[in-house]
Amino acid sequence: MYNGGKIIIGVIIFVGLVTFPFLYSGGKTTAKPDPKVDTPEILKLAENERKCVEPKAYMKGEHMKMLNEWRDWVVRDGNTIYTATNGKQYTMSLQNTCMKCHSNKKKFCDECHNYTAVKPYCWDCHIEPKEKES
Amino acid sequence: MSMNRREFLKIAGISTILGLGGVSAVHGLRNRVEASQISPAPKALKAKRWAMVVDMSKFKKEEDYQRCIDACHQVHNVPNITDNPKHEIKWLWKETYEHAFPGTEDEYLSEEIKHLPFLVLCNHCDNPSCVRVCPTKATFKRKSDGIVMMDMHRCIGCRFCMAACPYGARSFNYKDPIPFINEAKKNLEFPTRTKGVVEKCTLCYERLATGLQPACVEASKGALIFGDIEDPNSGVRKVLGARYSFRRRPELGTRPSVYYII
Repeated sequence: MYNGGKIIIGVIIFVGLVTFPFLYSGGKTTAKPDPKVDTPEILKLAENERKCVEPKAYMKGEHMKMLNEWRDWVVRDGNTIYTATNGKQYTMSLQNTCMKCHSNKKKFCDECHNYTAVKPYCWDCHIEPKEKES
Repeated sequence: MSMNRREFLKIAGISTILGLGGVSAVHGLRNRVEASQISPAPKALKAKRWAMVVDMSKFKKEEDYQRCIDACHQVHNVPNITDNPKHEIKWLWKETYEHAFPGTEDEYLSEEIKHLPFLVLCNHCDNPSCVRVCPTKATFKRKSDGIVMMDMHRCIGCRFCMAACPYGARSFNYKDPIPFINEAKKNLEFPTRTKGVVEKCTLCYERLATGLQPACVEASKGALIFGDIEDPNSGVRKVLGARYSFRRRPELGTRPSVYYII
């Protein structure tokens, strides 16, 4: 083998670099995100009214698309009322509707966004709710 | 399989009709489904085209101007940047006659008019030059009511609109505006802006949607008149029909919706 020594050293360095993150974390897994929906605003509601605009599974998967659509409808078309699939009506507003119930941005939004390493720029402009330490 | 010309034309004609009919039926259905999902608020104020009349005879003291400006800037979280005049953010502000109405200043204009500060804002033009130049359609004229709006999410900060606007109605956020907003007076119901976007008066679209008049109109005690310019019975049309009015730089053909009476 030509240059065998160099190749073997190279392979060792490569394997070391690739496995470093796994070895460094000691095989532990990061805790699964657990967004909390126990804000005082939600707990105040009656048990059967503790529902989001749309079903939980839909909100989990599609809330980003929904927020985009809400923004276009409100800003561009001037329609502010959203009729949900269950017939209930909501004012389309991140700051004034979503965050009025989900007043725990850190434990609700950031929990998953940090886990999946997405950085939405919502809070560059929109004012986040004042967090109450519980 | 053989087919003569007559048969071919028959089949082609029928399939065209079916195809077109099918597309329009699907479209109609889809529109109905979407339309049932969203609607304007029942309380919302509606107009074909919003307009404002500024009655300068009612602006006598410094306080009369400041009341309107403060109401606007507070409700929209407009930062108060004073260290560099180029960085200033203005939605509603005072302008001298020669700056507000260039080309009309006569040599022997009365001293009173010459030194009267005029209250100026975005003119919400019927033919807005800012909208024409925006490469991302971040600024656009709303079809429903003629408001020249900003979608901050789309603004890339190219400032073409600032160059195009002949009224200087647009301000650019050269730095993060949030530290310059008075924390105690912050309106938690309205967003702020970020560094690198252009902002201007939005004619209080968010207040109109809840059935309220614009903040400046509410604070002006009758000095600002607001209404639908295309409704002959509206307040603005009555004032415009009764008194001589003028607009800023009408020769440019932008057709502003803000009128001035003295």
